[in-house]
Parts: sequence; structure tokens; C-alpha cells
Amino acid sequence: MPTTTAPLPLPERFPADSIQLREGLDQPTWIVRREILVDLARELTADPETGFDLLLDLCGVDYPDREERFEVVYHLASLRGGGRLRLKVPVPEDDPVLPSLIDVWKGADWFEREVYDMFGLHFEGHPNLRRILTHEAFQGHPLRKDYDPARRWILTEDKMYRPQPEPPMDAEDDMFERMTINIGPSHPAMHGTFRVVATLDGEIISASEVEIGYLHRCFEKMAETHTWQQVIPYTDRLNYCSSFINNVGYCRAVETLLNVEVPPRAVWARTILSEFSRVMDHCVCNGSSLVDSGALTNFWYLFQPREEIYGLLEACSGARLTVSYCRIGGLAADLPPDFEARCRALLETIPAFIDDVEKLIVSNRIWLDRAVGIAAIGGEEAVNWGWTGPCLRASGVDYDVRRDNPYDLYDTVDWDVPVFHGGDVHDRFRVRISEIRESLKIIRQLLDRGMPEGPFIVDDPHVALPPKEVAYNQMEAMIYHFKLIMDGIQVPPGEIYSAVEGANGELGFYVLSDGSGKPYRIKVRPPCFPIFSTFSRLINGGTISDAVVSLGGLNVIAGELER
Amino acid sequence: MIGESWVTTTFEKLEEWGRNNSFWPLPFGTACCAIEFMSVVSSHYDMARFGYEVVRFSPRQSDVMIVAGTITDKMAPVMKKIYDQMPDPKWVVSMGACACSGGFYRAYHVMQGIDELIPVDVYVPGCPPSPEGLMYGILQLKEKIERDTKKRRKREKAKRADDDGSVAAA
Repeated sequence: MPTTTAPLPLPERFPADSIQLREGLDQPTWIVRREILVDLARELTADPETGFDLLLDLCGVDYPDREERFEVVYHLASLRGGGRLRLKVPVPEDDPVLPSLIDVWKGADWFEREVYDMFGLHFEGHPNLRRILTHEAFQGHPLRKDYDPARRWILTEDKMYRPQPEPPMDAEDDMFERMTINIGPSHPAMHGTFRVVATLDGEIISASEVEIGYLHRCFEKMAETHTWQQVIPYTDRLNYCSSFINNVGYCRAVETLLNVEVPPRAVWARTILSEFSRVMDHCVCNGSSLVDSGALTNFWYLFQPREEIYGLLEACSGARLTVSYCRIGGLAADLPPDFEARCRALLETIPAFIDDVEKLIVSNRIWLDRAVGIAAIGGEEAVNWGWTGPCLRASGVDYDVRRDNPYDLYDTVDWDVPVFHGGDVHDRFRVRISEIRESLKIIRQLLDRGMPEGPFIVDDPHVALPPKEVAYNQMEAMIYHFKLIMDGIQVPPGEIYSAVEGANGELGFYVLSDGSGKPYRIKVRPPCFPIFSTFSRLINGGTISDAVVSLGGLNVIAGELER
Repeated sequence: MIGESWVTTTFEKLEEWGRNNSFWPLPFGTACCAIEFMSVVSSHYDMARFGYEVVRFSPRQSDVMIVAGTITDKMAPVMKKIYDQMPDPKWVVSMGACACSGGFYRAYHVMQGIDELIPVDVYVPGCPPSPEGLMYGILQLKEKIERDTKKRRKREKAKRADDDGSVAAA
């Protein structure tokens, strides 16, 4: 991960004590007074060469013992210059207000609402600062350290939020009567648990409001109450369509904090299985978004390769969907003896399905009418909203974590980053189809290189469990086993932001340790969160049927969106 | 009545046979389990073999609700409403650890099992359950319905006999 190509700080313009510089483990960290935050943010985005155009993540942290209890952490990236920067803004408890950055990065909208919901901090200038993940009857702010993790509040139907999106005042008044329609949260086109309330003018959406939080499962609070190893199964259930990539993302973050070197065999397997998971995820996304536009056949065609990949994952880990196959320092178990043969068989079977789907779709008049130019967004605007991943690459921005901040074995294989320029539903589909092919290319090269010999997990009794036969026969190993099970891994104090390329964008884990044996705070940067926050902007002005088609192509996964 | 042959039956038995072999499930899928549910209905596992052919997304047209996934407190009133909208007779299959008990989310926003709010007929454990697990669950539901109708019929028969007896005694 590149440490710094960031511009030097700007001491002349800002008072000397308003910015403190720290060299972080992963990227430079600036501690900033909240008074200068907006000016600084504008300054940081200004430079056309190295400006920080992407707000990756925004989260709060609670330190009850500090004088200024809360800290809001901003993670910035510069797609133009390649730099990364972390800003930290302390906020006292008795005056929990800081300026909103929504005018600088539109993507800050939902992130700020989340911080308000979880910590009770107010963002001055935010137009719609209300709860986003928890429900209307909820009281208190759950990610504060003094909130009991199991304290529930019951929501009854009469208290449910009823959005009433108001069309803009200057909207053209025509003959049609306006009507408000509610779609979701239980609706076949809403892919799980999203809810869109739209005001219709005839068939055209003139205003809409998106409501989420119906699957908020408290991942971050759960992570704080479990040991480092116990968090791994929770990460599976973030993006459950490609759970292995989540495992890798989390384990990599903790491994960097621990400074553990993962054995080559595990790295090799992680890369291959991540790519298979990506293929699976793209199959689900493309398959279900095609169903939304009526192309049901493709759903069956795309689910079959998925089943085949399930077979491989099941052989490795014992589970089909939620694999939990990574461990901090390596893998949970050794690869099955027929791993290579299985992978080769998959490489033979998958392309035929993909080719079939492509042939059915790409020159299909009905699909083209439904998809070309629908829900289009330009590259610059998409970056400003915080987009990453295939959706961003469909808008012409060439950014992929695997290539730009390479990890595992991605910099040793030869592959391309497919980029399309339409930014619409059609190009998002095309990007995913091309990426499936690239993933298979990566896998083929790695298989040709041969499976590295050696252990599948690091040989460090403070991190990895000793093998069972040793633990049963040697006193020392048994003690290590006991300590690891009872106390968990002791991660040294520190913080890190570590990202992998998830199936729908940059999947980041911001991990804070205080050395207590449990994570102090884990913040996931869910790639689909900023993407879905754009949904109203994408569908307003289009027809209601286009809204359905555009949701499928965004690949929004509720488990990850709402955690 | 097949070709030349005849079958005699009662209307109740015919109704039960029909009901048992043509469920119209409503997938109330919220999370990971919904993805496994999709696997079960797609071609590889093909739940249609057991008469679960017609997956309906409208509660008004369905008789089995398959709750697949975590139900949060925010979702709870929605689930209740959809259950209430289903016409009788209706059954509920709770698919996966979260729907059965909250699973490993002992947390501030997660319902600790859907039976806090609606009655459940079959619990399918697993996180997520394997497709075979879900299929076993729906076959159990079939058996349960058969058992319940048999019991009901017995009860009604006994009641009738009882009524006749009391009339005779008078």
C-alpha cells in the first residue's frame, strides 16, 4: 500500500495548532480541529493532479476516557494521484457538532447520517440528518461504548417512518395527477430489504426517497464483543454472495497490525478462491438483474456455474455459502488433495455458461432497449459520490484495488482491468461479464504456476492454533491452544485501514486495537453503501420500470450495506 | 378416476392431497438464507419436485411463508403485516439460525427468533441451512399437515359420536 504521495500540509493558511501530523502504519494521519475542516477539505480536493477526489469512508470512534470523547475519522483517496490520507477530528461530548462535508463530497451524505445514528454526533449543514440504520423507536446511540449490546427497542407499525418525497417546486406541472408509491422492503424487485418511496408523475419518478436499515445486524457492535478470531464468521455475512473475499479483507487487516507473514500456499489459495468468489458474485448480480428485466433463462444459466463453485468451496471449508475459510495468518484447513483438478474442471465448464448468456443478451433488442442509457452517471460524479468497483469502471474510471494497491499475488499475474464508458445499466453488465473472464485468466495463470508447498497457516503459536495432534501430546502446545481459545489473539495497539477489491468495489476494514484481546472498533467500508446512496439521483426522472432494472445492476447486498 | 379405473375418496382427503402437493410459498428472504433459497428453487436442487412450484411474492396468493434470513426489529412490523395478509390456512417455515433464534446476532437490533411475533410450524437450523436441510424441512411440513388433518378428522368424528350418544341417551 503506498504510504504517501499526499501534498505537504498547508501550514501557512491554517493556524499552527489546528493540524497535527502523525505517520500512520498504513497512511499519513492528520488530526484536525473541526473549525477548519471544511476549508481543509476544499483545499485537499482542489489540486487537479493530486487532489483527494474520493471520500472512502467516514466513521466515528468513542473514547469515553478522553477529554474530547468522540473522534470522527475520514479516509480519503486520490484516484488521480494515488495518495491516501486519514483525517481525525476530535469532538467533545458536551458539544457534539461538526460541519457537514456534503458540499465537498456528496458521498458524505449517508456516512454522516450513520455517524449520527450510531454516536449521536450532529453534522451542521446536513439537509436530512435522521436515523439511517436503526428504527424510529430506537433510543440511544448503539456504538457508544456505554450502550449495552443486547438492549433492544420494539418498533410497532404505527411508529414506522412514512417517507413523503416532495417533488422539487419548479417541477413542470402537467395534466397528470401525482401519486406516491411504496416499493419494498419486501418486494421481489428490491433484492432483499430495500425500500424506495417514489412520487410518480404518470409513469415518471419525479422524486424518491430511499430507506434502508431493515437488515442492520449490528456487525460492528458484535465485533467489539468478540475476540479477533470470532469476528471472521461475522465477516462472511457482510457480502454473502462472495463471503470469502470478506474473510480475506478482514484477515489481511489484522495480519498487517500483527505484522504476520502469511505462508505462500495460503496466499496462493486466497487469490484463487477470491477470484472464484468474484465470479460467483458477478453471476448472482447479473443473473438477478436480468430476471428483473424479464430475462429469466439467464438466471438458470448463471446459477449453474455458481453451484459448481460451491462444490469447490464446500470441499475446502465444509460450507457452501458462508465459508469462514480464512484464519488470521493463513487458512482454516489445508486445501483438499483434488483442489487443482477441481479448479481446472471449473475453468473448463464456466466459460460456456458465460458465453451463452452473453450471446443471449448483448445483441438482444429488448435488453438493449431496457438497459442502454438507463440510470447513467458520469465518472467524475460517480467518484464524488464515493463509487468504486465494477460500477465505477462502467463509468469510465480506471480504478481497481487489485492493480493500484496490489495485494496477495495480483501484481504477479497478467490481466486487464475492463473499463466501459457508458456508465449505464448495460455497461455495468458488460463490465461484470468481462471481469468474470479476467478472473478466470488470473486463476489459470496461478494454477499453471503450481501449488506452493509448505504450511497453510503461519507457524506462530500466538496467532495460529497448534495442530491437534501436537496440542494433545505436548504441554506447551496445549497451553498455547488454551490461551488462544480463551483469550484470543493479542493484537498490539494500533490502527489500520486495509482494503481489498470486493466484488462490488473497494472493501475496506478500518481496524482499531487497544491491545485488550478484542477489537476496539472495526469499521467496514462497504462498497455498496455509497453506491446505493446515489439511487435516488439515478432513478429520478426515469420511469418506474427503469428503477427496477437499475437496482439489479448496482449489486447492492443488504448484509454489507447495513451490516 | 384414471382411465377405466375408479378411486373413491372423500372431499376432505382430496383437498388435503391437493394442498400437500401444491404449496405456494412466499419467500420472505432478507439475507444470506435467501441466496440459499434461490439455490433450492433453481435448476440444480429444483424444489418444484416436491410441489413447491409456484413461488409467489404476493402474500394474498400464497399459503406457506418461508422466512429466510435475519429479521431485525425494523423489519418485524413488515413481516407481521405480510403474515396477516396471507389467507388461511397458512404455515410458516423458519429457515436458518437467525429466523429461528436470532442466531449469533445477540444484538440491539435483531429479533431473537420470529416466533416472538408469528407462529412457526417448521424450524430449519443452519447458517445457512444446506439445500437438503431446507428440503427436509418442507417435507416435514407436509407430514405435519397430514398429521394435523388426521387428528382433526379423528377429533371431529369423536365429537360427532359424542353428540349422537348424548342424543340417544336423552
